[in-house]
Amino acid sequence: MELMLAIGIGVFAGSAVWLTLRPRTFQVIAGFSLFGYAVNLFIFSMGRLKTDAPPLLEGGGPVDPSTYADPVPQALVLTAIVIGFALTALFLVILLALRGFSGSDHVDGREPGE
Amino acid sequence: MTDTLARPDLLLLSMILAPWVGAVLAGLLPRYARNGAAALSWVVALVGLVSAILLYPNITDGPVRHEIRWMPSLGIDFVLRLDGLSWLFSVLVLGIGALVVLYARYYMSPKDPVPRFFAYLLAFMGAMQGVVMAGNLVQLAIFWELTSLFSFLLIGYWYNNQLARDGARMALTVTAAGGLCLLIGVLLLGHIAGSYDLDVVLGAGDQIKRSPLYLPMLVFVLLGAFTKSAQFPFHFWLPRAMAAPTPVSAYLHSATMVKAGIFLMMRLWPVLAGTEEWYAIVGTAGILTLLIGAYAAIFQHDLKGLLAYSTISHLGLITLLLGLGTPLGFVAALFHTLNHATFKASLFMAAGIIDHETGTRDLRRLSGLRKAMPITATLAIVAAAAMAGVPLLNGFLSKEMFLAEAVSNPRDYDRNLLLPVLATLASTFAVLYSLRFIHQTFFGPPAQDLPSTPHEPPHWMRFPIELLVLICVVVGIIPGLTIGPFLATGVQSVLGEATPYYSLAVWHGFNLPLLMSLVALAGGTVLYVLFRRPINTNPHGGPRLFRPFDGVRIFDGVMNGLTAASERGASVFGTNRLQPQLRNIILVMLLAAVLAALPFWSGLGANGFTLTPPDPGFVVLWLLGIGCALIAAWQAKYHRLAAVVMLGGAGLASCISFVWLSAPDLATTQLLVEVVTTVLLLLGLRWLPKRQDAIHIPPSEQRRAKARRVSDLLVAIAFGAFTAAIAFRVMTMPAAPDGIGRFFLEHAYEQGGGRNVVNVLLVDFRALDTLGEISVLGLVGLTVFALLLRFRPGADSLSAPEQQRVQRASDERHETRQPGDTLQDTMLVPRVVMQWLFPVIVLFAVHLFLRGHDEPGGGFAAGIAMSIAFILQYMASGTRWVEDRLRIRPLKWVALGLGIATLTGMGSWIFGYPFLTSWFRYAELPVLGRVPLPSAILFDIGVFGLVVGSTVLVLIALAHQSLRKPRDRAPAHPPAPPLEEVV
Repeated sequence: MELMLAIGIGVFAGSAVWLTLRPRTFQVIAGFSLFGYAVNLFIFSMGRLKTDAPPLLEGGGPVDPSTYADPVPQALVLTAIVIGFALTALFLVILLALRGFSGSDHVDGREPGE
Repeated sequence: MTDTLARPDLLLLSMILAPWVGAVLAGLLPRYARNGAAALSWVVALVGLVSAILLYPNITDGPVRHEIRWMPSLGIDFVLRLDGLSWLFSVLVLGIGALVVLYARYYMSPKDPVPRFFAYLLAFMGAMQGVVMAGNLVQLAIFWELTSLFSFLLIGYWYNNQLARDGARMALTVTAAGGLCLLIGVLLLGHIAGSYDLDVVLGAGDQIKRSPLYLPMLVFVLLGAFTKSAQFPFHFWLPRAMAAPTPVSAYLHSATMVKAGIFLMMRLWPVLAGTEEWYAIVGTAGILTLLIGAYAAIFQHDLKGLLAYSTISHLGLITLLLGLGTPLGFVAALFHTLNHATFKASLFMAAGIIDHETGTRDLRRLSGLRKAMPITATLAIVAAAAMAGVPLLNGFLSKEMFLAEAVSNPRDYDRNLLLPVLATLASTFAVLYSLRFIHQTFFGPPAQDLPSTPHEPPHWMRFPIELLVLICVVVGIIPGLTIGPFLATGVQSVLGEATPYYSLAVWHGFNLPLLMSLVALAGGTVLYVLFRRPINTNPHGGPRLFRPFDGVRIFDGVMNGLTAASERGASVFGTNRLQPQLRNIILVMLLAAVLAALPFWSGLGANGFTLTPPDPGFVVLWLLGIGCALIAAWQAKYHRLAAVVMLGGAGLASCISFVWLSAPDLATTQLLVEVVTTVLLLLGLRWLPKRQDAIHIPPSEQRRAKARRVSDLLVAIAFGAFTAAIAFRVMTMPAAPDGIGRFFLEHAYEQGGGRNVVNVLLVDFRALDTLGEISVLGLVGLTVFALLLRFRPGADSLSAPEQQRVQRASDERHETRQPGDTLQDTMLVPRVVMQWLFPVIVLFAVHLFLRGHDEPGGGFAAGIAMSIAFILQYMASGTRWVEDRLRIRPLKWVALGLGIATLTGMGSWIFGYPFLTSWFRYAELPVLGRVPLPSAILFDIGVFGLVVGSTVLVLIALAHQSLRKPRDRAPAHPPAPPLEEVV
């Protein structure tokens, strides 16, 4: 499990870096999206992997923390998902505005060599 | 009236708070509420003034203090302190403020946004009160900078005037830079004295003067004072500030703000003055400013310019008096400060009336106004005579004191004639420019070619001048009965035991100072008669001698140099191209991660690996996920739709992993966000340029492009490999048994009242973070909305997409069909399904929300689900159809959501707990039984509202773009409502 997830995170992150370094705005947005997945999974994995142990308590009474998944990375990632969504929306609109203003979808607002 | 008041602190507070409260209220008035704003400001100034007058009996014997704890650990408290000196300045600020408000009511045009003007003016008044009433040095420095800021806003009030903008910027640069120096100075001073409290500092005079830090501290404090009070060589900003509306010039730039530097020197006079350094710096700056200002004033053709240079000169005179370091010099300085404020404010107001009535301020064009406006002329003549130092007016008295001090300078250079001669010379100049002001404006034949025909102004516009001139005369004739006691209180509050004997009598016998006065009066008159013509025809408005020392030129040179240097720096160290920037960021990130990971790496395997056995399903899931990510990376350039689909696949892989690995909340939220993101991207794709053929790369670029791809690939592989390695290493290390997760698991139920620990964390333990986060989300929504209001799509995306054109062409070929029918037919089934789904999804959202505290769900997930319900309707039936039936008003959702969340947080204040403290209780409800009712639920409602609002705002704003383009063949449709009406 750990090895598979680690490789998955690595591939996501690598593809994301590749995309963010590309010259077209859409590629960069796709890269940021993918980066979001990679980082979220990475942070989430810091809480170690546990199956069938969601942090939902039974009710009152004493709690054995080792029987639950770590809630802290989950809360952080939940926030990150929403912020990631906001970022994608903002970049998408900036992309559209840039395209409208400059007529180009190159990240620098003009075609190379111009 | 009793001797002392029971609650002086309330009056103290009202003296400083009234202007600030008034400023806020004035800012809230409608844009053109001239009378309302003026009345409000008038009341505010009067409230402050009456408070000050009522407080007078309390301060005759010593300062009144009111302390509010602010940052006690740093020794900084908010201290209001009123003594004789600050009382005099307060009365100046509030009294002249009240008169200026009355004047400005008539001066300002009803076409200007006058409430904004009064809001700034009142805020300035509050800042100035903060300076003079400060009992703490740091507090003084803060209010000091506020006065600079509001002076900037007031000078630049007519911001479409280039001169006003430049003058405002110059004044702010000079005075705010001086304010920073002052801050350094008072920090040093506080360090030497051991406290920032003014009373402690004032008691530590010997310690301060003996300190090795005395000189640097003095220099910094004086830099603050000199920039503010326009002392040479920082005087150049003041004439430029005359681009402000004249009430501002009268108030800030003659009577009050420029006196702040003088006030500071007076305030700290007991602990700073009297040393050789003080005498050398302050005395020199004073005498130079006095002479240069007076000399330059002679050559000004602009009425306000003349008055500005005259102000500089008088400020120099006061500074010189303070620089002498003698108690009598101090008395003269304080007296002259008050006198100058009265006659100069009235002169500025008169100049404003002349400008207002004739349309020009050029002394060469004005002439003979005494016939058109006899009363104003008389008033201005009396005030100008006071400025020149004519006997029986207040200016004469303080000037006499000044000349007496110049003669009896008690230093070793007793017999040195330089100071008396220079003082007489400056007085001569003053007579000369005052005479020129009066003669050019009011005498001679009536001017013919004025832009408008002059006549007397409305009576209430003239009233402030009448009152001030009356004060000039009364003080000039019976000083001892009028200003005497107040001046004595002011002097006493600073000098204490050292208060000298002084006499305010008009007649001191025939002595040397009187002779000097007479010489100046005669000399000035003679010089005016001799040089009147060359002065008036001088095109430069000043002698060439000053050009190398012209502060404006030096200032512009420095500013241009700074700009050029920073541009050079940016071109050397920066780039406008995004790709190198991102590459550098990623490389730095990689480097930082490697360095941080190194210590752990040595122990690789030392703690053993805790591995979970792999599940075949999980392996397959991730092989698919990896494939999706790689295809997305590969295809994003030419096949955007495919890339979006693949991104969705990758997102789904991470979503299922969350389910698998015990994070149901994450999975829910991720899945819903995934849906919305995909819709967003699809809406955006429509406006990107077509890319069917390979992008042409010039041959010269091809090698570079290839090299860049190879290096990017290497960076990407290194980054991916390293991320995987760290993730693997951490996941296989045993978890710390006492991580913070334990705390939350153990306390979520008893303290947060919820069984879903992640949700309790978000809306209770870490609610402040969540509040920040939803604010970001709201801001993004608003930004997107603002950007799209001005959005113009690229030219090639304007026409209808190919699919629509094909469908329309096919519809038009069949006679029985209307354009759009194909779309209607194809969408029929999905449309019905989606319309019926609306209530189901809304119910699902409510469900998600309600179970959130105990089961997976919560405000975020519910909010996004709700916005999906809305957007499905847009997709199924089209923007017009939905908006004819349903106005979602997402801006209101955003405001309401943020408001509820913040108010819930503030609610805990009522019970005396910190912001966002939560509270919960179980309620026994019929049927439902025992139900938890935490206050966090309210907070979660806020989260929900904001998420719905922001998400829908973004989606609607994007969806509306397709309504913008002209619809070539749809005249039947009424024009679509613009975006700003829908939200």
